[in-house]
Order: sequence, then structure tokens, then C-alpha cells
Amino acid sequence: MEAFVQATILGVAIASILAVAATGLVLTYTTTGIFNFAHGAMGMLGAFAYWQLRFDWGWPAPIALVVVLGILAPLFGALIEVAIMRGLTDAPETVRVVVSISLLVALLGLGQLIWDPGKPYPVRGFWGVDKFEVAGVDISFHRAAAMGIAVALAVGLRVFLYRTRAGVAMRAAVDDRPLSTLNGARPNRSAMLAWAIGSSLAALSGILMAPLIQMSHIPLTLLIVNAYAAAMIGRLRSLPLTFAGALLIGVLGSWAIEYVPSPSILWDNFRLAIPAIVLFVVLLVLRQPRPRGHGLMRTREIIPRPSWRGSLITASAFVAAGLYLSQILTDTDALSAARILALSIIGLSLVPLVGYAGQLSLCQMSFAGIGAVVMAHQGAGGSVIGLVLATVVTALVGALVALPAIRLGGLYLALATGAFAVVLDEWLFRLQPFKVGSWEIKLFEANRLSVDRPHLLGATDTNGGLLIVMAITFALLYLAVVTVRRSTFGQRLLAMKDSPAAAATVGINLTLLKLAVFTLSAGMAGFGGALYAGTAAGSVSSDQFTFVNSLPLLLLGVVGGIGTAAGALLAGLLLAGMPLLFNDYSWMEDLNRVLPGTMGIALGRNPNGIVQDLREGFAPLGRAPLALAVTLASTGVVLGLRWADLVSGFPFAGLLIAAVLSGGLLLRLGVLPSADAAPEELADEDTDVPLEWLGIDRPFHDDDVAALDRALGLEGVPVS
Amino acid sequence: MSLLNVRDVTVRFGGNLALDNVSLTAEAGQVTGLIGPNGAGKTTLFNVITGLQPPQRGDVRLGRRDLTKLPPYRRARLGLARTFQRLEMFGLLSVRENVELAAAVQGNSSPAARADELLAMVGLSALAYTRSDELPTGQARRVELARALATEPRVLLLDEPASGQDEQETEEFGEMLGGIAASGVAVVLVEHDVQLVMRTCQVVHVLDFGSMLAVGSPDEIQRNEAVLTAYLGTSAP
Repeated sequence: MEAFVQATILGVAIASILAVAATGLVLTYTTTGIFNFAHGAMGMLGAFAYWQLRFDWGWPAPIALVVVLGILAPLFGALIEVAIMRGLTDAPETVRVVVSISLLVALLGLGQLIWDPGKPYPVRGFWGVDKFEVAGVDISFHRAAAMGIAVALAVGLRVFLYRTRAGVAMRAAVDDRPLSTLNGARPNRSAMLAWAIGSSLAALSGILMAPLIQMSHIPLTLLIVNAYAAAMIGRLRSLPLTFAGALLIGVLGSWAIEYVPSPSILWDNFRLAIPAIVLFVVLLVLRQPRPRGHGLMRTREIIPRPSWRGSLITASAFVAAGLYLSQILTDTDALSAARILALSIIGLSLVPLVGYAGQLSLCQMSFAGIGAVVMAHQGAGGSVIGLVLATVVTALVGALVALPAIRLGGLYLALATGAFAVVLDEWLFRLQPFKVGSWEIKLFEANRLSVDRPHLLGATDTNGGLLIVMAITFALLYLAVVTVRRSTFGQRLLAMKDSPAAAATVGINLTLLKLAVFTLSAGMAGFGGALYAGTAAGSVSSDQFTFVNSLPLLLLGVVGGIGTAAGALLAGLLLAGMPLLFNDYSWMEDLNRVLPGTMGIALGRNPNGIVQDLREGFAPLGRAPLALAVTLASTGVVLGLRWADLVSGFPFAGLLIAAVLSGGLLLRLGVLPSADAAPEELADEDTDVPLEWLGIDRPFHDDDVAALDRALGLEGVPVS
Repeated sequence: MSLLNVRDVTVRFGGNLALDNVSLTAEAGQVTGLIGPNGAGKTTLFNVITGLQPPQRGDVRLGRRDLTKLPPYRRARLGLARTFQRLEMFGLLSVRENVELAAAVQGNSSPAARADELLAMVGLSALAYTRSDELPTGQARRVELARALATEPRVLLLDEPASGQDEQETEEFGEMLGGIAASGVAVVLVEHDVQLVMRTCQVVHVLDFGSMLAVGSPDEIQRNEAVLTAYLGTSAP
């Protein structure tokens, strides 16, 4: 009995901290409509800032607390609201989620940049290890303080939201933002205040939690998944229910430590997965929202219907690039390039799901991990059967994962997939081989997995051959994705993304459609994962298939252009390619920590990605054959120089970029003629252009001024 | 028995009674009008019929079939189609793809040919390959109409289809509606252009503040005192 009481009290203390975190999350969500995935990362930064002041610089705890919770955290929260979140009020949900996830990735990177993850950060709770006894149970002052703070917060928030002017304005902004503005409230100010308070609460929860778990970047950041679950029990609205949810999760976790048999191969890490499992169950019982039409304010998305001709040219270019690279790269580099392509295939799995269907998955690397596990155990010798099994099994797992949340879609699907990823990270991927009856189940062994490289009639025996096969595979999958886009299935996906309400009323079963595309995407990720593990030099670690690794994949995919293969390639290049440079250029490692997140924040708002800008940038070449020829010829010369080993490294990269840009630059400088800018044609056109259109559809020039002067009877009148 | 039967539907949004015990019927082969001031509940009623808004009370029947518990896509497959007051195009798709998709979803064996046929009917063949979110409102409404027709509906619900169209287009549109109804479809028309409603409809329902104020032929409605009071603030002299 005493053990039960002890476990419960410990659980309540943890629950109190979760309640503090979840309250901040609900507060920002209800006030601004943005689900802050970075809430945990903000808590992590708060905890490290406190460590810096309190333990590294030796400031007294009360002063350190006031500085972090009263100054740094609220300022940081307000800054994020003003600089990033304010622009997202009318953005589609996918964009909000991607930007919010980018913030998580960026803040995590920032934390690791400032406080080296390789070093220990010893912390103590408030009042050290001092404790007191109640009914024979020891309670540390730190835990008691956590409980007291949660109660004070509950009372304080109630008073703030119902009795103060700022609180009432905040609630008004939640109900109806435009109406509250008409009534004299300032929703922007309320939003800023909510983010400031939310950030402070995140920091407080981080500071309280750090001594109880460990002062480490990722665990503190992932604390948020526990808070997600609590907030979801409160349906992202009700603070009392959020508190109840936190209590449930905290106490369940504590009871699990006490009562789950230990040591046990199967259950040792189970408690870490409890919040994610609770989140899953809550999503199962949430009511399905009505299909909605599209909002009024939308950025115009461009997801072109690719022509077969263009797609075949692109696919051939992938293969040609593979062939070329296999000739110029060293053996080791060829293997690395093959691995970049394998990761790009995992990225490509997001194109139908995110690009076409507008649904989000935060567990694509977890699916890749499942594919790797199946390949390791069923694909001995790199057999094709192993690859097929990896695809099928992962697709089935994907369907199972999606089932509870698929009818909810959007944010809820993102949360469910995140929860699934955490269950794998914390529990299933850490399991040692175990037996069910006479059947031995093996996932990762000691967190590592040895996967044979795919075997294809001897073509993959050399690293160069493997690279070519990977390039062909990527090209074929790219064509498969193009086929999806061109099919009725693809049209259905785009229709659903555009207007779920209209799609439903023409007879499309949205739930089935989402399930189908999620299954397809999971299968592709599983296939990519089997190849990713198979192209590794040596064994792979389960750390490569975590929730935290899935996030940059998604956001770089969006940054590159999620409607095409470009995002997938960008993700592959940055995530698998950049680490190759760390040995030679250590500053790259620091850059790589913050680059994906920062790119996501800056570019995640543009649903068309970098590829669309590139497409528009290079479009003039299509109308200027000479400039196109210059570009192709100079690029060919540079590639030839590299082939002949006359140039390499950064000079080669610089020359290549210059060559690719050469035709366009010469065109812009007027050195090369453009078909639509030929002077004589312009003269012809002028006769047809009405005066009021001059200078609108093309640059304004001197002839236009003369024409205007003529029409207005101002010829010869001097301009003073 | 009427083809579409809406009975005693009540919808509440919080404390706001959007529809209060509303009933409506529509016959095959007729255009049924539904008019009323802004906020009367017309679009909400369409949402209830198509399954986008579950009612607190009441039921929706298509012939003998009770649709009340069916999801929107099942209702569409049974023969309910609609257009939207606030345009809901599949903006990422071309005009032709919008219509072709609807035909394909309903199992049409040659959806592309059907799409071309319908686009010719609504006069948009020339814009078939334009991205649909580039169209002005009037033309976009025609695409929505063609898309709805591509599902081969038995009941067609049109939510302000003439807004954004000029006078001549509206006149042609009225004739087209007559033709669609004549092919055996029950057309329900929500429209602010009262002339168009009176000219096209055989029966007119008047909705006001969530309640059905009057039902009758266009002549009866034009003489109905309650309607005149609601619309003009005073009864006719």
C-alpha cells in the first residue's frame, strides 16, 4: 500500500509539471490557432538558460528564475509570435504545422549549438535532495514545489482569464477575432501575451522537469509529446480537462514503474511510451470534424500536371547523373551518393501524402526503420523478396497507424504519427529479441541492425554499380509518383486537398482516400528505409529512424517543393549529404544543426517550394534557344573537366553553378537575344497594345513614352 | 411522393437557432425555389441535405431512402449533387479535370467525353484546360454546375448559381435549368435574383430567420402577406 501511495505521489508531481507544459500549449493554441510543436523545445531552452545562470555562473536560484521566467522566456515567446506566427493566422493548417515543426527543429539545433550535447549538465532540484515525510511517504521539496506551482497556476489562470481585462480580451480573440477587434480588443496584443505566457510556462516546466529526468536536449524537447496527450484530452480547449489529462498520464507512468515487471525485455521501456499510447487512444475517441471547404485566404499552390515527355526527360536526367557520378566519384563517395538517393526515396514518399493529399506524417523515418528491420531479417543477401516484404509490411503498419486518426486528418494525423514515432523510439525499437511462444521476434539488436545491400544480378556489387541502380530506382519511383498525379487517384487527392467539402459532395470517400494514400506513402518509406539501411557502410543504428529525424525530412521536402521530386532530393542532399563534409569542415556541423529548421521557418510558408522559384527563374531559357545552348554547353564542359580530373572540390562546385547560370545571366544582361524580346517583334507588338496597357505586361521603354506623348499631344513639351 | 423530402429539420449553433423545424420537398422534373434574406438558413439547409451539417432533429429522404445518417459521399452516390455559394472549386485541377473527376467518381466509363459534353453545354469548352482557380466567379459557377451534373444527380441543389453572371447569362442560365429539370432531375434553386426564381420555379419556399415562412407557386408567393412583410417590412397595399 505504501508503495502504491509513494508511486501515486511521484506520479502527481510529474503530472503537475506536465500540466504546466500542457496549459501553455492550450493557451497559445486557443488564442492564436497555432499548435506549437516547438513548445517542448522552448522548455528545453528555458531549462538550459536556467542551468547557465544557476549552475554554470552560480547565480542564486530566485534571481535565475526571475530572469529566465520573467524576462528571457516571455520576450522570446513574444518575439516568436511577432516575427513568425503572426503571419500564419490565415495560412492553411499544413503550413502552420510545418512552420511550427521547423521552429522545433531550429530551436533544438540552437540549443545543441550553444550547449554541446556531448557534455554533461549536472542539475539539482530546488532545495537539493531535501525532503519531508507525509504518512510514511518521502516527498522531495522539489516535487512538492511542482505540485504547488500547478495548483497556483490553475487558480491564477482562472482568475486571469475571467477577472482581468487582458484575460477577457484573450478569450474574446479565441471566439471571434474580427468581432473582438470591432469591439476595441487588440487580438495581436492578446496573441503576443499568450505566447509570452506560453513560453514562460514551457520554460518553467523544463526547469522543473530537468532534475527529474536528465538535462539533455532531446528528452526535454520530447516532453512535449506527453503534454500533447494531456492537451488533447482537454480537446485543446478545456484547461480543467487538460489538468485531468496530465494527472492521468503522470500517474499511469509512475504506476508503470512500480508495477510493470522489471527487469523485463518487453516492458522495460514501456512506461516511456505511455503518453504516446494515451494520445493514440484519445484520438480514437475524438469526434470527426465536418468536412470543410477551403478558406478564403490561401497562397496559390502550384502542383503542375507533369507531361509524360517532361517527366521522362527528368527521369533520364536522374539516371544520367547517376551514371556520370559513378564514373567520377571515389568508391566511398559513390556509396554516400547512393545513400543520399535512398534517403531521397524516403523523402519522395511524402510527395503523394503531403504534396497531393495535404496530409502530414511525422513518422516517415519510423516507417523507414520498419522497412530496414524487415529487410534485415527477411532480406538476407539483399534479396528482392526482402525489399518487397519491407514495402508490404510497412504499408500494412502504415494503414494500422493511420486508422485511428485518418478520419480526423490534419493536425490530428500529424500528432498521431508523431505519437507512433515516439512509441517506436522509446519502446519498440529498443526491444531486445524476445519470444512469443516458440516464435522469436527480432527488431533491432542492441540498437543496431545489419542490413545487406540490395542484390541485383551482380549489378550492385561495386559501389558505382549500386549508385547507378539507386539512380534508376529513384527515377522509376519518380515516374510512379508522376503516374499517381496524372491518374484519377491523384485528381481525387488534389480535390480533397483543395476542398474536402466539395470532394465529399461529388462522392469521394475521404476516409478511404486518406487511408489509401497514407498506406502508399508508408510502403514507399519502408522500401526507401530498406535501401537506406542497405546502402550504409556497416550496420545502422535505430537512432537514425527517430521522430526527431522525421521532422527535417518533412520540412526540407516542403522547402524544396513537396509537389515534385525536388523537395525529396533537397532533403536527401542536406540530411545525408552534409554530414559527409563534417570531417573536413567542422563549421558545417554547426550550420547543419540550424539550417533545416531555419529554412523551414523562412520558406515553409511558400507551399510551392524552391523548385517553383527555380522553374520561373529558368523559364526564359525555354524561349531563348541560344541561351539554352550556352547553358548546356558550358555545363557539359565543366562536367567534362571534372571527368578528366582537371578540377574538383569547391572550384568545381563554383564552376558548375556558374555554368548552369551562364545562359540566363547572359540573357538578362542582353548579350544573348531572347525570342520574345527581339526588337523588331516588339515594334510589331506595340501597334496592338492599348495605351493603358503600356508598361504593364513588359518593361516600359522610351518608345512607350513617345507614344504616350503623341497621344496626349505633349510631343516636344520639355519635362521640367 | 416527392423525390426529396426534408422533414422537421432543426439545427442549432450554440444558442443560435439556424433552422427551426424546417420541411421542404422537391419533385422530379421541377425547379423548386428556396428564397430568403441573408442568414435565413438556406445554405445551412443545403448542408443538412448533403450531409455536411448533421441536424439536431429531423430527417432527409431521397425517395423512400432515409439519408439522415449517411455521410456526404454516400448521399452523392445516391444522387444528390450541389454547388456552393462560396465557390468550392478544385483549384489545383483544370476546368476539365474538375468535371472529369466527378464523372469518374460516379463510375462513368468515359469520364473525359462526358466532361467535354457538359463543358459544351455550359459554354466553357474553350476554357477546358485553364486552371479552375483562374476563372472569374460567373464562369466558375458554371464549372461547379457542370461538375455537379457530371455526377448524374437525381436531385441538384444550386446555391446562388446566377451571382456573378450578367443579365443575358442569367437568362440563358434559367433556360438551361428548365432543360435540366425537364430531363427528370429535381432542381432546388437558392437565388437572390427573385426574377429568375419566379420565372424558372414551379414551387417556391420562403425561409426567414430559420423558419419556413411560406410555400407555394410563384404567384402565391408574390401575393403572400407574410413574405411581403418579411421582404419589404410592410404588406402590399
